[in-house]
Amino acid sequence: MVNLKINGKQISVAQGTTILEAAKSNNISIPNLCYMKDTHKFGSCRICVVEVKGAKTLQASCMTNVAEGMEVFTNTEKVRKARKVLYELIISDHSKDCLSCKRNQSCELQQLGKTLGVEHTRFEGARSERENDISVSITRDLTKCIACRRCITVCNQIQGTGILNAQNRGFNTVVGPAMDLPLGDVNCVFCGQCTIVCPVGALKETDAVEKVWTAINNKDKYVVAQTAPAVRVALGEEFGLEPGTRVTGKMAAALRTLGFDNIFDTNFAADLTIMEEGTELLHRLQNAVAGRPATLPMITSCSPGWIKYIEHAYPDNLAHLSTCKSPHMMLGALIKSYYSKIINVDAEKIFVVSIMPCTAKKFEISRNEMKNNGLPNVDAVLTTRELAAMIREAGIDFTKLEDEKFDNPLGLSTGAADIFGLTGGVMEAALRTVYELVTGRELPFKNLHVTPIVGLDNVKTAEILINDPVNAYKEFDGVKIKVAVTSGIKGANQLMEQIKNGSSPYHFIEVMGCPGGCITGGGQPRSNDPDVRQKRLEGLYKEDEDKDLRKSHENPYINSIYKEFLKYPGSHISHELLHTHYVKRGVFNQLTDERFSEDGGRQMAKRSQNTGYKDKQPAHPAKKTIREEQQSEDILVLKAEIEKLKNELADTLETVDIYKQVIADLSRRQK
Amino acid sequence: MNTEALKCDCCASDETQKLEQIANVIDLYKNKNGSLIQILHLAQQIYGHLPLKLQEYIANSLGIPLSEVSGVVTFYSFFTTKPRGKHTIRVCLGTACYVRGGKKLVERLEELLNIQIGDTTEDGRFTFEIARCIGACGLAPAIMIDDVVYKQVNVNKLESILSKY
Repeated sequence: MVNLKINGKQISVAQGTTILEAAKSNNISIPNLCYMKDTHKFGSCRICVVEVKGAKTLQASCMTNVAEGMEVFTNTEKVRKARKVLYELIISDHSKDCLSCKRNQSCELQQLGKTLGVEHTRFEGARSERENDISVSITRDLTKCIACRRCITVCNQIQGTGILNAQNRGFNTVVGPAMDLPLGDVNCVFCGQCTIVCPVGALKETDAVEKVWTAINNKDKYVVAQTAPAVRVALGEEFGLEPGTRVTGKMAAALRTLGFDNIFDTNFAADLTIMEEGTELLHRLQNAVAGRPATLPMITSCSPGWIKYIEHAYPDNLAHLSTCKSPHMMLGALIKSYYSKIINVDAEKIFVVSIMPCTAKKFEISRNEMKNNGLPNVDAVLTTRELAAMIREAGIDFTKLEDEKFDNPLGLSTGAADIFGLTGGVMEAALRTVYELVTGRELPFKNLHVTPIVGLDNVKTAEILINDPVNAYKEFDGVKIKVAVTSGIKGANQLMEQIKNGSSPYHFIEVMGCPGGCITGGGQPRSNDPDVRQKRLEGLYKEDEDKDLRKSHENPYINSIYKEFLKYPGSHISHELLHTHYVKRGVFNQLTDERFSEDGGRQMAKRSQNTGYKDKQPAHPAKKTIREEQQSEDILVLKAEIEKLKNELADTLETVDIYKQVIADLSRRQK
Repeated sequence: MNTEALKCDCCASDETQKLEQIANVIDLYKNKNGSLIQILHLAQQIYGHLPLKLQEYIANSLGIPLSEVSGVVTFYSFFTTKPRGKHTIRVCLGTACYVRGGKKLVERLEELLNIQIGDTTEDGRFTFEIARCIGACGLAPAIMIDDVVYKQVNVNKLESILSKY
C-alpha cells in the first residue's frame, strides 16, 4: 500500500494506482475527458491535471501513479484555471453547432464544460475544415473530433483491426484511415465500437432515421419492423431505465405507435437460422465422419462485421463460413416472399426496417448478395440509439407504454433465439437443437463445460460427447464434437490463424464481431455503467429462461413455415432465400472493386495511387434529405457570394497593382 | 502481397530491383520492435518516395495496420508520399526571411513553377518546400536549392536562378 495525501486528506491505496483512481476511490472526483477505465489511458486531453507538491508542472492524474508521501491538490486556483484554458483550447477547434448535433445533451465534452464552469470561449483561431466521411455504416464528422484517441484504442487494442490511427501532425492531425482514405474504401469492418467510445459527435452511425420516416409517411409503402434480441435489453437505457431491463413489450408497443404496419421479431429468424445452420453443420459432420471432403470447422455467419473481416483478412478461408444469411436478412427475405403472399401485398411495396444493436448491419443490407428478385431483403437498419431517437421525436412516453406483442406468424420465438444476442448464445442454441436431433435427448445443460483456453484471449471452448444416437445418425456414436466461442475481432483472429495453418481442432466455431456479442454492439446505447455488459447479458438469459419453449425446433411457426413454404431445412427454396455467398476482398481491397462509401449504394474503386493526403478530397455525394437540401441551397448561395467577393477583390488588387506601377514609373522618371 | 503488383511496365527491371532491396531491408529489421521508422527511411532512400502501394507492402510484410504505417509517414516531414523532383527548392520562412519578403518569393515561385508548396513540377525538375530558418538570417530573404544558398533574393531574381537548373 502507498500512503499519500489528496487535498490534505490522508489516504492509502494499492501500489500502481493512478492519482485519478486513488481520488475516485476516496470520493474525490477529478474532471476528465479522454480517460476510460480499463480501456483508454493515454493522457491526451490533459483535463485531469492536478498539482503535485514538488513537481515542476501540473500532472495528468490519469497517467501519474501514486507514490509514498505524495501530496496532491485537485482543486487549487491554478488547477481550475488550467483546466478551463485546456477546455477552451479544445473547443477552439471544435464545431460548436451543439444545438443541432446528434450528441446534444449526451455529449461528454458538453457536460465537461458545465462541470468546469466554462462560460467564455476566448480562443477563436484557425479551424480545421474537413469534409464529412460518410460510409454506408459509419459517419465521421471531423470538425467535431477532439483527437482524444479513444477510437484509436478500441480499433487497435480491443478489436485489433487498426483502421483508425492518427495521421499527419500538429494542427493537421486527423484521426482516420491511412492516407486519409474514406472509411468505406478500406478494410474497416464497421463494428462501430468507435462510435460507442467517441465522447463527441465525431463518430456516429450513418443516419437512417429520415429514410424510415419517409417510408412510414408514404401511404403506398407497407412498412414492417423487426427487432434483434439484444435491442430489448438495452433500449430502456435510453429512457433512464437500468441496463438489462427487458422492454420487449414496450418496444413492440412503441414501434406500433410509430406507425409500422407489422412488428416482427428477428428472433423468429434466429430460430430459423438454427434449423438451417444446424442442418448445414450436420451435413458437414456427416461428410467428415464418412471420410468425404468436408470443410470444418464451420463458422457462424450472423455477425456482418465479422464476415467483412474474414473477407478482408482470410479470403482463402471463406468456405468455413456457414452459408446462412444472418437472421434479419432471412426474415427480410421471408417477409418479401412468404408473408407478401399471405397479406397479398406486392414485395416492391414492402419496406423492411431492422432494429439492430449493430452498425455493420447497415453495411450488410447494401451487399449485392442480400437481394432476391432484384429487391433488397432489408431496406433500412436503425441502431438501438436511432430507434430511441425516433421514439423521442414522436413524443412517445416510452416508460409508460403498456406491453404489446409481436405480430404472427413471424413474431414468435423460443428462448434459444434470445441468447443469439450474446457471446456463446448462437453456439448454445445450435447445440440444443443439434444434440436433440442426433440423440433424441435434451442437451445436458448442466454438464456443458465452457472453459477458457489457456493462452488464447477471449476464446472459450467446449466438448460434447455423442453416445447412443438415434438410428438416422448412428455414425455419430462416440464422436466428440469440439466447439469454440469467441467475440471481438482479436479473438477471432487467433482461431482463424489455426484454421489457416491447418491446426484447428474444432468442428464448430461461433464468432461475434463485438467483444461480448451483440449486447455490446456498435449500435447500442452508450453507457457509463461499468457492469453494463453483465446486466444486459443477465437480461437476455432471463428472457430465455422465462419462455416455455427454449429450443428452436419446438417453435410451432417454424414448423409450419417449413410445412407450408420452405419444405425442409436446406431445401432448394431455402437456399435461394436464406443462404448466401461471400466476397474475396483482401486486406487492401485488392481482390474486389466494391467500396462502401455512401452514394445510395456502393462506390466503385477510385483510389488514386500516389496522391498525398493534402489533395485528396474524397467526394461523398450523400443522399439528401429535405433538411440537407435546404442546407446545401444555403451553401450554394453563400458560395456564389464568396465568388462574387473574390472577383471584386481581384479587381481591386489589379487596380492597386496598376497604380503601383504608375507610381513606380513616375518616381523613376522623376529620378 | 506480391512484389510483382508494384511493378510498372516502363521501368520494370529498375523497379523490381528496388523492391527486392526493400524486401531485404524489411527482412533485416522484421523481428526488431520499433524499427518501422528505420525501414521507412531506407525504403524512401531506395524508392525515392513512399506511395500508398509501398506502404501497403511494408504494412503487410510487418503485419501491422496500414494506418499505423501511414501515421508515421505523414507525421515526419522528412517522409514524402509523392515522387520528388531532381532539385529541391526551399524558401526560408524563418522570422528574418519572412519579414524581408520570403512570402513574396513563395508566391512568385508558385506562379513560376505552377505548383503549390510541397508539390513537384510536372517535368520532375523541382520539388518546392518551405524551410523554417536555414541559419542565414543576415542574408535574408534566402532560398536554398539543393545545397546552394541564394542570398537576398527578390522576385525578379528568381527566374534567372531557376534557369541554372
